[in-house]
Amino acid sequence: MNILIKNGRIIDPSQDIDKTGEILIKDGKIKELVFDRKRGSADAQKKFPDLRTIDASGCIVIPGLVDLHAHLREPGFEYKETIATGTKSAVRGGFTSICCMPNTNPVNDTITVTEFIIDKALKEGSCAVYPIGAITKGQKSEELAELEALKRTGCVAFSDDGRPVSNSLIMRRALEYSKVFDVPIISHCEDLSLSEGGVINEGFVSTILGLKGIPRAAEEIMVARDIALCELTGGRLHIAHVSTEGSVKFIREAKSRGINVTAETCPHYFSLTDEALISYDTNMKVNPPLRTEKDVEAIKEGLKDGSIDAIATDHAPHHVDDKNREFDSAAFGIAGLETALSLGLQLVGQGVLDLKGLVTKMSLTPARIMGVPKGTLAADADADITIINLDNTYIVDSSRFLSKGKNSPFNGWSLKGTVEKTIFMGKIYDWM
Amino acid sequence: MIKSKDLLGIKELTTEEIYHIVDTASGFKDVLKRDIKKVPPLRGKTVVNLFFEPSTRTRISFELAAKRLSADVINFSIPTSSVVKGETLKDTALTIKALGADFVVIRHSSAGVPHFLSRILDISIINAGDGANEHPTQALLDLFTVLSYKRKIKGLTIAIIGDITHSRVARSDIYAFTKLGAKVRLICPPTLLPAEVRNLGIEVFDNAEEGLKKADVIMTLRLQLERQSKGFFPSLEEYFYLYGLTVERLRLAKSDAIVMHPGPMNRGVEIESEVADGPQSVILDQVTNGLAVRMAVLYLLAGVKK
Repeated sequence: MNILIKNGRIIDPSQDIDKTGEILIKDGKIKELVFDRKRGSADAQKKFPDLRTIDASGCIVIPGLVDLHAHLREPGFEYKETIATGTKSAVRGGFTSICCMPNTNPVNDTITVTEFIIDKALKEGSCAVYPIGAITKGQKSEELAELEALKRTGCVAFSDDGRPVSNSLIMRRALEYSKVFDVPIISHCEDLSLSEGGVINEGFVSTILGLKGIPRAAEEIMVARDIALCELTGGRLHIAHVSTEGSVKFIREAKSRGINVTAETCPHYFSLTDEALISYDTNMKVNPPLRTEKDVEAIKEGLKDGSIDAIATDHAPHHVDDKNREFDSAAFGIAGLETALSLGLQLVGQGVLDLKGLVTKMSLTPARIMGVPKGTLAADADADITIINLDNTYIVDSSRFLSKGKNSPFNGWSLKGTVEKTIFMGKIYDWM
Repeated sequence: MIKSKDLLGIKELTTEEIYHIVDTASGFKDVLKRDIKKVPPLRGKTVVNLFFEPSTRTRISFELAAKRLSADVINFSIPTSSVVKGETLKDTALTIKALGADFVVIRHSSAGVPHFLSRILDISIINAGDGANEHPTQALLDLFTVLSYKRKIKGLTIAIIGDITHSRVARSDIYAFTKLGAKVRLICPPTLLPAEVRNLGIEVFDNAEEGLKKADVIMTLRLQLERQSKGFFPSLEEYFYLYGLTVERLRLAKSDAIVMHPGPMNRGVEIESEVADGPQSVILDQVTNGLAVRMAVLYLLAGVKK
């Protein structure tokens, strides 16, 4: 099918474009962007009589969002999420590509699991799925997984996410060895001996709730360690879910010295503080934990000055039974795919990022970090496009998420910016 | 007047509510001195003691308090380990509700469990200790005990000595005594001090001698012996040397200072026997007052419209 998107404000950081124009899509690829209105429509109509026209008046038209960090739970935890439901949730949230973490059961540390994910995504998925392989076998932090085989099969990065690589020597080897294929090693930074038993940020709130805290140092020590190892090895390091002021400082300093490190944060780390936990709401329980106002400000500063390169969701869907229980034993995680964009747009409202900056951090940069040909509206690129009405306000109702996970701390929030349509390889998902 | 159907913590109570409970407890204490100690206000009501943590004294105290008020009492003790693979907390709670209970007295090792129950049940929830969060009836009986000796709370210096980090008693006591205008001091090694606790408007000492100086009330806390293996302090001997309440240290407090302990005590660890059994100890009064306070709490919550 051929598609013409007209009257929308096209924002494509990869070509430094921000103006009203038309996008012509042919056979699932971007054919051309036209900014001379009269010529554009007329030409297209002539060339393609079967053209489907989308009127994007009042909307922005951006490259489909790319999520660096999501948990699709399949194989092994299909009661929490599947590749089918997770990718539906993704396109609902404006994402057209997602990278899925390997902490499934079995862990994605073999080509069998990687192949399974890729096949399943092709058959049942609604968007592109790029698997992230485990760094170590079984995520046990003992022996390296077969990184080359995983990479060859389709893994775009490696991570033991959910668990840190606690053994510094193994982390060193991973950063060294992965240089052969130029893919990032994604670090879940957590010193387990410091975080053990902790369920929320260590601070005044943990004290008055009587819950065991996770100190910021548990994250920062590992950020500092991995930066040092990155410098030592010349490997490619990507820091997952940055949540503290200290981590931002370490990353900023490392970048100023030219170290090859990138970093992501997640919407909850710039939208919420640990004050949200006062009622023991387990939907606020996430790892790393929600921090304090000071950290939120530092995260925003890091996004603004480029210390933090990308916004990822860390979409972590859970079944209600895993959340509706004692706080200590409730699962960590937030189902984030369907609120990430609106929360990102709040940063634009606050002047932290401009629209182009937000699209860069949610689409172009994640694609570049992962080395996937996405995040752009350039000619011949896959027609992955998200159309957003910036002025629409809505109330978040997590019971209506397409994700199986309804665990959102933002339920009931009034947010701005609705995804009108998501287009993946020319296939249109119409939400309005 | 008590506004909430539940007693979740001291945090949630107003000063007026605290005084109201203590005044009511005072009336029940008189009842307990009578020959016939049973009164009828909770006849036909059912109190379920739902204890997920081993406890003897708190459970017995609640049980006796309920029986003195003529309620029926069911004790439901579940060691946490056996729940791991069994029934969820939610199902246990709904089962108890379905049995027609009017009160659930809950003790659990996880902070926030009483709050969780209060959201899913419309009957009265009484927190009998949740993790390191609160143990409100303990703080109320502590207040009641101090009042009976000191007549007023405002202006008193209350020294709480021991493992503050893991103590729900310490937290409830901090809230209770600061709300009523006392000066609260915490005395503990820095390893057993909760993060940013100074924001609660208290003073912190890591030197026992300094912290005990001129105190009116000394509250010693139970030290869980397994804390040593987690590196909070090197040995029980060293802990006692630095923080044990000895006769000698007690002399630094005011001469009429009273010594309290929520029990059960580790003699020779946090408190010397000579102090525990000495003339300034009011530890057994606390036990008696606990009964009156728990009667007051049950009685007052029964009167709250649900």
